[in-house]
Amino acid sequence: MSFAKPIATLRTSAGLPTGRLALWWLLASEVVIFGGLLASYVMQRLGHPEWAYDAEHTNVWFGAGNTIILLTSSLSAVLAHQAAQTGDGKKAARYLWLTIGGAAWFLVNKAIEWSGEISHGFTITKSGFWSFYYTAAGLHGLHVIAGATAMAIVALDAAKNKELQRVEYVGIYWHLVDVIWIFLFPLLYIAK
Amino acid sequence: MSTHAAIEHGHAADEHIHPPSFYVKIWGILTVLFAISVAGPMLGIKLVTILTAFGIAIVKAYLVCAHFMHLNIQKRWVVYLELGVLAMVLLFWFGVAPDVMQHQGQNWENVAAKQAVERGMAAHGAAAAEHGAK
Repeated sequence: MSFAKPIATLRTSAGLPTGRLALWWLLASEVVIFGGLLASYVMQRLGHPEWAYDAEHTNVWFGAGNTIILLTSSLSAVLAHQAAQTGDGKKAARYLWLTIGGAAWFLVNKAIEWSGEISHGFTITKSGFWSFYYTAAGLHGLHVIAGATAMAIVALDAAKNKELQRVEYVGIYWHLVDVIWIFLFPLLYIAK
Repeated sequence: MSTHAAIEHGHAADEHIHPPSFYVKIWGILTVLFAISVAGPMLGIKLVTILTAFGIAIVKAYLVCAHFMHLNIQKRWVVYLELGVLAMVLLFWFGVAPDVMQHQGQNWENVAAKQAVERGMAAHGAAAAEHGAK
């Protein structure tokens, strides 16, 4: 007598596929992590007027360039989802690789930006502002790397028309990375 | 496709496919909003900076969440879940902010924070004076 191996792919009580259900819970935890970090930054910033002097040294144009890159990569991620919905795995994979290209460009920009700042003595230990700056942008950068890695794995399968539902999941995660940057940009680069 | 089968394949029954042009249009709106959020603070007016930089950030985040993440067509409880955890962050804010943003109260004083502000202001003041003397 044999039993079919149970596969938890559906949560009918939630009305969502398991993958998407897990993803929304993951995103909820990310909201708490980044929400807590940014809330801490804002309250410290309002309590420390001297941080404004440090903030003057961040480069708006690097921040702005990276914002455009992430907004555009979000477009390619949602177009990948759209292609996956129509069953075109190869097209979805192409859009995912384009999104990964955006992630790589973002990280290169960040590396150049940070190199300049560190060479001018603005290191993580220089002041409270710079501690928050490197922590928040660094944690976000780690999420960019994680998202790009996940997208590469999903793209390899999608190109073979396999596991196309994952294109949506990795896309939703990528949009969250974009949303976090939408708030980091004015907080770290615009508010001087 | 039945609702059950649709869910198994990863797409809710109420989901519909937008054409690529729809997403390009949303991206265009986001780009225009981004340009305003960069240009607005250049005027140097505090209210304009708050409205353009932070107000527009909220609008941009809404557009991405609603149309790229498709939160507008997800199950309502998913939206409530994300708003619920955001409410937790606000609770954290209101619980902690008064003690962080102020450095003294009726029966307490945050000496370290006060000194940090004084040191920072003095250092930047000295740097500014040195820069002005050159």
